[in-house]
Amino acid sequence: MSIATDDRYNTLEKSMKKLGYDKSALIETLHTAQETFGYLGIDTLKFIAKRLRLPYSKVYGVATFYNYFRLKPKGKHNVVVCMGTACYIKGSNKILEKIEQKYGIKVGETTPDSVLSLLSARCFGSCSLAPVVVYDDVPKGKVTIEDSLCDIEEMIK
Amino acid sequence: MITSLNELKELADKKKCTDDNSRQELRVCMGSSCMSLGSAELGKSLQDELQSRELNDRYKIKSVGCSGLCANGTLVSHCNGNESTLYEKITTSDAKDLVDSIQNGGLLKDKMCDIAQPFFAKQTKIVLENAGMIDPDEIEDYIAHGGYIALFKALDEMTPKEVIEEVKISALRGRGGGGYPAGIKWESVSKVISEQKYIICNGDEGDPGAFMDRAVMESDPHRVLEGMAIAGYACGANKGYIYVRAEYPLAVEKLSRAIKQATKLGILGENIAHSNFSFSIEIRLGAGAFVCGEATALIASVEGNRGNPRQKPPHLTDYGLWGKPTVLNNVETLANIAPIIKNGGAWYKNIGTQNSSGTKVFALTGHIKNTGLVEVPMGTTLRELIYEIGGGIPDGKRFKAIQSGGPSGGCIPEELLDLHVDYESLKNAGSIMGSGGLIVIDDSSNMVEIARFFMDFCRSESCGKCTPCRVGTTELTLLLDKFIKKEATKSDFELLKEMCEVLKSASLCGLGQTAPNPVLSTIKYFESEYLEGIGDD
Repeated sequence: MSIATDDRYNTLEKSMKKLGYDKSALIETLHTAQETFGYLGIDTLKFIAKRLRLPYSKVYGVATFYNYFRLKPKGKHNVVVCMGTACYIKGSNKILEKIEQKYGIKVGETTPDSVLSLLSARCFGSCSLAPVVVYDDVPKGKVTIEDSLCDIEEMIK
Repeated sequence: MITSLNELKELADKKKCTDDNSRQELRVCMGSSCMSLGSAELGKSLQDELQSRELNDRYKIKSVGCSGLCANGTLVSHCNGNESTLYEKITTSDAKDLVDSIQNGGLLKDKMCDIAQPFFAKQTKIVLENAGMIDPDEIEDYIAHGGYIALFKALDEMTPKEVIEEVKISALRGRGGGGYPAGIKWESVSKVISEQKYIICNGDEGDPGAFMDRAVMESDPHRVLEGMAIAGYACGANKGYIYVRAEYPLAVEKLSRAIKQATKLGILGENIAHSNFSFSIEIRLGAGAFVCGEATALIASVEGNRGNPRQKPPHLTDYGLWGKPTVLNNVETLANIAPIIKNGGAWYKNIGTQNSSGTKVFALTGHIKNTGLVEVPMGTTLRELIYEIGGGIPDGKRFKAIQSGGPSGGCIPEELLDLHVDYESLKNAGSIMGSGGLIVIDDSSNMVEIARFFMDFCRSESCGKCTPCRVGTTELTLLLDKFIKKEATKSDFELLKEMCEVLKSASLCGLGQTAPNPVLSTIKYFESEYLEGIGDD
């Protein structure tokens, strides 16, 4: 699809316009782009650079600096394991390891059939419920290894 | 529009009057923690239950922020005038029983939570006084609980200089970790002559295991806005930014709504209360970078750049956002301002210890029974925090250490449990206050692994600008791996200690300078676990 016919670019354009094409609101614009496209593709980054009159290197530099931005598309479903301190000492690293083993992917990767992406988070701030795993944006607390593997199966079924 | 203190009080009275004469309240916690246990669905089920029994004219559901005892969520409190009953671990399937219980009294006894227990009784709430009480989506509710009185009082009765003096008397110190006196910071900015100055609120709570600021922003967003506006008046700034983590979508939502409401009522905007003072606030989103908790890196991020720190001086008070004088305060610091202006600096100074006044909010997590959010006077001992308020260590395990200050902090062992918590005492023990995350570690954990966890965190969060931090954190992680695999040598142990010293003294910013703290503190108190990692050589 070209930029002219892809409605998502329209959404992005509107958001930049609302912010007055403010160069300093680059991070806000990247958030909108990621929400709209699901990830930040090279074309999207180039589009933003052009519209905000910023060098592409700068836009790429900012997009790659922050953990929150993804440069690759996500799978159909995603699971995020919290690796904050409270979750870590309650065994979230073991949950992560098991998921990696079972689906043959590492953190940040997607299964070859694009069904499942595995991600880790620095901390959701839900430390009282440690360990926390988020399945397709729905957080669950006090998770065990078995729960987690079952929930993932249920999700991708 | 509200243009005077009297109008503000009228609005508060009107709201109080309608509340008193109307229905009993069922306050359902809608903080992030309870939300992930399904509190939104619970609220709906309770509403349906009331509807089907035609009880809507007697009871109402109120969405409130965090009440603190997150371990036992979802929390629902039933308030009838001044009487309140707290229910814990309520799920949607309890909705029917809960309504039965409040209607006929006492049926759901096993889910009633004792509010006389130390977890609640030992707390002193200033920052969190409204959390769990008010609806964060309603500015009128905040005003009915005394909100914005401090701002109007400052505008009506005080000069900017007097406001600063009051904050100086209170001896409030920055709650982000550094502990720099807030009044002195404000004074420096107020003295600089510049047409444009900025107030920035740091809501980028990056320490894993800390969620104090999130709770304040979600439960009482107006308190943060009020603190910023007072800071703006005191320092001569007319523009404020709140820098919030993108991982806190609920906090962003509550703050955005609060800014809109306050602007609509004229509490933010041009010529507030017919004075010459104008102040507006914008939200800037973070995007997941721990280094952005460092002041100069945060400024770079607000400006839309990579979050690289820079050398100081010049300090932010002279050269901050876009090169203009800037006050950067943490969420909790700003949330303390309104009560200080309302009750006076001397009142605040009386709470806490000699060198650290006021209260501190802590996030208690890890191997402890009552995980959640607590606010205690400075000077409370770790033992009180862990065994009385926290309810001790579950599963028959033994306490081993408590980690304060996140990846920049350190571990404190059992022999120091009677330590009175304040900025200096924690520093002397080899840790730091940090933002207030307290992670309890039981005897099933290996301290070298914990140290490696933090070092690996710093390694991946190092921005890469300066070599000691970029290379040092990587090398230290690899060295710690050797200890965990029991393949280290005696010279590795010496190298480990030496490299920690290099990082401390040669790194550009706080991230690198404090990254060795978890290693150094665990070497200090748990050296034997490192020695066990040294193989035969």
